[in-house]
Amino acid sequence: MESIRIAEDLEKHFPDSILEIQVHRGQFSAIVAQEFILEMCQFLKEKHKMNHLNCLTGVDNLTRKGKHFERFEVIYQLYSIEHRVGLRLKAQVKDSDNPCIDSITSLWTGADWLEREAFDLLGISFNNHPNLKRVLTPDDWEGHPLQKTYKLKGNTEWSGFTDLKEKFKQLSQFDFQNTHVQEGTQAND
Amino acid sequence: MTETTTLSVPVTQGDEDKYKLRMGPQHPATHGVLRVDLELDGETILDCYPQVGYLHRGFEKLAENRTYAQNLVLTDRLDYMAAMANNVGYCEAVEKLLDINVSERAKFLRVMVCEMARLTSHLLWLATHALDIGAMTVFLYAFRERETLMELFAELCGSRLTNTYTRLGGVRQDVTHEIMMKLDRFVNEFPACIAEYETLIDTNRIWLKRTVGIAPVSAEMGLDLCLTGASLRGSGVDYDVRKHMPYAAYDQLDFEVPLGETGDIYARYRIRMEEMLQSNIILRQCIEKMPPGSIVGDDAPDLIMPTIPQKKVTPDTSAHQGLIKLIDDRNVYMEGDVYVATEVPKGELGFYFVSDSKGKPYRMHIRSPSFIHIGALQTLGKGVMVADLIAIIGTLDVVLGECDR
Repeated sequence: MESIRIAEDLEKHFPDSILEIQVHRGQFSAIVAQEFILEMCQFLKEKHKMNHLNCLTGVDNLTRKGKHFERFEVIYQLYSIEHRVGLRLKAQVKDSDNPCIDSITSLWTGADWLEREAFDLLGISFNNHPNLKRVLTPDDWEGHPLQKTYKLKGNTEWSGFTDLKEKFKQLSQFDFQNTHVQEGTQAND
Repeated sequence: MTETTTLSVPVTQGDEDKYKLRMGPQHPATHGVLRVDLELDGETILDCYPQVGYLHRGFEKLAENRTYAQNLVLTDRLDYMAAMANNVGYCEAVEKLLDINVSERAKFLRVMVCEMARLTSHLLWLATHALDIGAMTVFLYAFRERETLMELFAELCGSRLTNTYTRLGGVRQDVTHEIMMKLDRFVNEFPACIAEYETLIDTNRIWLKRTVGIAPVSAEMGLDLCLTGASLRGSGVDYDVRKHMPYAAYDQLDFEVPLGETGDIYARYRIRMEEMLQSNIILRQCIEKMPPGSIVGDDAPDLIMPTIPQKKVTPDTSAHQGLIKLIDDRNVYMEGDVYVATEVPKGELGFYFVSDSKGKPYRMHIRSPSFIHIGALQTLGKGVMVADLIAIIGTLDVVLGECDR
């Protein structure tokens, strides 16, 4: 079955959730509402054997115009290894101040880190995620770097850096080199 | 008497029996700056938390502020063991997004460098994986062949690691007759080298004890953990992007995808050895079938830097605008998004692009196999011995440059 047939079948089962079906350079994607994203992924995984999750990521649509676009969207690129066909779901996350969407870690354990990455870099929260913490940036990092409001260049320093320098001072109290020399001289005596 | 100072290490109430060990980030067997926080009972791992980000350079944010042509150099720094394969992956994705045609000769050249990169990466993997488990000699043997390939890369494009060989619409330099002769000699000799590695480890009792039956991954589990590449094929799932979504000239070439059954470390080792033989077969076909012609497509964007006049123009900005303008004239930018995957030595490398019809990508997401494989370590590392964790990190074939981006 081709991508377009699968997208139509999805629309038949979730008529209110599918906002639009797009095609660009031969790749099909469905813009969907966020409510039934877990059910939709489960439907595609079970009925259409889309058992491989290629890619899960988020996009910040702040400066991009589109008919159905909300501030944040989450992209699910699914692929069926058996039928050799793929489909992309673009879930629109409604709340722009506190974006939140259902986690699909119950379907793919591998989505765990991908969702953590989307949380870390874009600030999208995932409901029912087992361990939603930052992954690429330090735990006490301020802001989410891939949001369009986050500047590329700045003059502030990461707050954890001062702690790091403190720790280094604490470590330097141990005079490792001298201890070594003293032990050596004792052994010679 | 001198006063002794100690670092205070807090121990959580109720956790006194667990031994906490922080492996890395400067551990030689973690292949870069990977830190794994372990909770141990004796030598058995109860919980395993991989921590990454030490090499995070923010490529995705950087890419949004650079033109498509400028972003190419960033991809060298992803998987620095196989920079050629990343270059090809990036260019294939941008060409799909901007609808640029690639010349026939460039397609074959891309396949050629991709497979050479696969060999260098797999040879390095074999060398370090064997070293981690305790076989030193393989390291020296594998680096001998890798050196030949690295010198061919240097002769082809001037650098050994960060190649930046491809261009939008083709490749940067054409191959010379000498390079093809050298590659031909290498292709003839290489199968004997693989046989040589196999005599060293294939029936080695220590190697078998450390690999057979360790960390088995079933096909369902592999798909659940989103594994790709040799790690998934070791479990018997027939998924190779070169066959499923052929790019460059892979649809014109004849090769097989080796599959394993057991999904343990030994199965994945066999897969990669077979893959090296298949790469050799592909290289042989590339040499024989290499079509004549231009190395850049006819409608490839003209990315020659505009000459900067001697007046007071800051070179930076004029070059930026020039690059954007040249492409804008041809009106190749359209709003839309594409996801293009390529099979790099580590697994499936995907680029997800969102274009808002401007000269720079609106969003570029890199689906890196290493990131997902390290995520899977959390599941695979539970209940094994500490020594086996080293073998598991080795068999997943991760590189932290690609993981952290």
